[in-house]
Amino acid sequence: MDVRLSAVQQALRESVSIVVDRLGPRAVRQLDDLERREKLEAAIVASGWRELRSSEAEGAPLASGVESAIVAEELGRGLADAPFLGPTLAAELRRLVDAPASTAAETVVLAPSLSELAVAADGVVADGVVAIDARGADSGLVLTPRGDGFVVVAVALASLEVGVDLTRPCAVVDSASAAVEVGHQSRLLSNGDVARWTALGLALTCADLVGIMRGAIELSSGYASSRRQFSRPIGSFQAVQHLLADALVLMEGSRSVARHAAWAVDALAPEEALGAAAGAKAYCARAARSVCETSIQVHGGVGNTWECLAHVHLRRALLSNEILGGVGLNLGRVLTHHGIGGSNEFR
Amino acid sequence: MNFDDSPEEAAFRIRLREWLEDNNPKLPASSTDDDYWAGQRAWHQSLYDGGFFGTTWPKEIGGQGLPSVFDVMVDEELATAGAPPRPSLGYLVEGILEHGSVEAQRRFLPGIVNGRERWCQGFSEPDAGSDLAALRTRAELHGDEYILTGHKIWTSYSDDADWCLVLARTDSEVAKHKGISAFAVPMHQPEIEQRTLPMINGITKEFGEVLFDGARVAAANMIGEPGEGWSLAMTVVSHEREPQQLGYAGRYKKLVKDLVEQVRTEPSRYGAEQIRDLGWAIVEADMLRLHVCRRLSERLDGVTHGPEGSIDKLLMTSTEQTVGNAALSVGGISPADDDTWLKVYLYGRAQSVMGGTSQIQRNLVAERILLLPAS
Repeated sequence: MDVRLSAVQQALRESVSIVVDRLGPRAVRQLDDLERREKLEAAIVASGWRELRSSEAEGAPLASGVESAIVAEELGRGLADAPFLGPTLAAELRRLVDAPASTAAETVVLAPSLSELAVAADGVVADGVVAIDARGADSGLVLTPRGDGFVVVAVALASLEVGVDLTRPCAVVDSASAAVEVGHQSRLLSNGDVARWTALGLALTCADLVGIMRGAIELSSGYASSRRQFSRPIGSFQAVQHLLADALVLMEGSRSVARHAAWAVDALAPEEALGAAAGAKAYCARAARSVCETSIQVHGGVGNTWECLAHVHLRRALLSNEILGGVGLNLGRVLTHHGIGGSNEFR
Repeated sequence: MNFDDSPEEAAFRIRLREWLEDNNPKLPASSTDDDYWAGQRAWHQSLYDGGFFGTTWPKEIGGQGLPSVFDVMVDEELATAGAPPRPSLGYLVEGILEHGSVEAQRRFLPGIVNGRERWCQGFSEPDAGSDLAALRTRAELHGDEYILTGHKIWTSYSDDADWCLVLARTDSEVAKHKGISAFAVPMHQPEIEQRTLPMINGITKEFGEVLFDGARVAAANMIGEPGEGWSLAMTVVSHEREPQQLGYAGRYKKLVKDLVEQVRTEPSRYGAEQIRDLGWAIVEADMLRLHVCRRLSERLDGVTHGPEGSIDKLLMTSTEQTVGNAALSVGGISPADDDTWLKVYLYGRAQSVMGGTSQIQRNLVAERILLLPAS
């Protein structure tokens, strides 16, 4: 056992960090800076990070879940408002059915609860399905049952809807458009494939949440050191110190479980990978909400204004929490994995 | 990055599994039963003689010089086999390794590691808890001996101890942190009185207090230089905060495994809230295990422990108390129930106090890691 990042993985983290620090939004008003956002988009396109889960030789991904999670964490830390999760999960679906990589911008479409991939029965998706992380995407992938598995189909996307997360808008699905089978699928998607795909999605949302927590702690610790009351920085008061210390502890625990979940995606059998990812997600989702709420509290009145970045962290965390299931659903998955109960009562 | 065993690690794991088939003493949980404490000495010696205790310490003191990750494997396999956890005394070894002379290391460490000599830690006093540097136990030099007078409390394992690592004031003229020295004091002398302190869950053999009334210790038994006691104490408590030193990840894993088995046997007895509490215990125990894996891997880079130990202690405390909560929830408090799980819950309250309270740990995290302004 040696769970350190390799030198190459550390270099990857460093390069994502440089891009997001230079081109990510550093203030709420910069979310409307189109020129900046286009530069960030161009840098990510050029980097190839969205293709890490595309097929290499014999169907294996170009890089493991660990590399994708490293990218997701740094993008989350910098509140990157360019797609990564959606296109990565779409690429993974194509890889699992041996379909060629997409030539256009693409994401995935989830059920209205966001807790699983949408399923199109008879070529039609249900009302209320959501294409996540959909900026720039023309189509989204969903599943259609066939035989004892699924095939991957694409549906056209309609307008963007910002929703809770100001950095990653969702899209509704164009109800007029029919679901079209993605070309050249040489195998059906099995239940095991769905489990592995879900494990990747959970691992990437965990990594995003760890990044968000790091960003929120950095922001609020900085504020606590500079904001003065009673002629002292508020960060010198134990009441404030202990809030931030608890936040850091939750982030460090999250980092340890998220790293294991990312490794497990490719290293363990699908059910084991899903069990690891579900435990990590339950832990990270609870932690991220607490950490982001702490950041707002430490910012006081300022933290409750639109122009403070603290709510951008919280909003992004709220979306990542629910994608492929939040605390309740994933605790249920963990218990099921240990032979206790069905997961439904925890939804 | 790889969480799997290397070939050497896998071979070690198999040897340990085979050994456990014949050598598991099946003691009750350390947190619930005096029988565990009565059997701990024999268990420690047996584990050491089997080649599975102290594996990561230097060969000169009876260890095997293996990487730290081997301790994680020992913890996991003991838990899986339902064997008692690894005895918790690594922090004393680390303190003497870092501060003791070569002679002191050779004299004392092999006995601690192989379990033939039992040790306790005489740091806290009735009026020196979180403010440890306020301690008042005195050591006065008479010829080639020091004479000790004072009162130590919360002294775990003192009823079984042959030796006590005592902090005492040797110089009252200097600042309070600077006048403290550390001694290896033999417990078996008439000037030392040990009293047990029953804990809130009824355990009587873990906790104690020790009174020194003119006890003698050879000047050669001072660990480190005169005045080095505070620095030694900080080394010891920072290691005491690390779950890997305590073997606690394995202890939690075993408790969770037993809870899961109990619920799985008769699931209809338990409601949604109880099951949810158990779910969190599973998640947190796993978190702590993975966190320890991460920390020990960082050691391979030569990263030594620093203030991060306070983060680890707070994570360990959260895990202990989440497991305790599940134990209470699943076990219940009815007089008709076996009270084992109630005892586990009650024992867990100590975790946020021992080795430095959670409030002290948060102060350290805030000032030394987050670098917030001093309070």
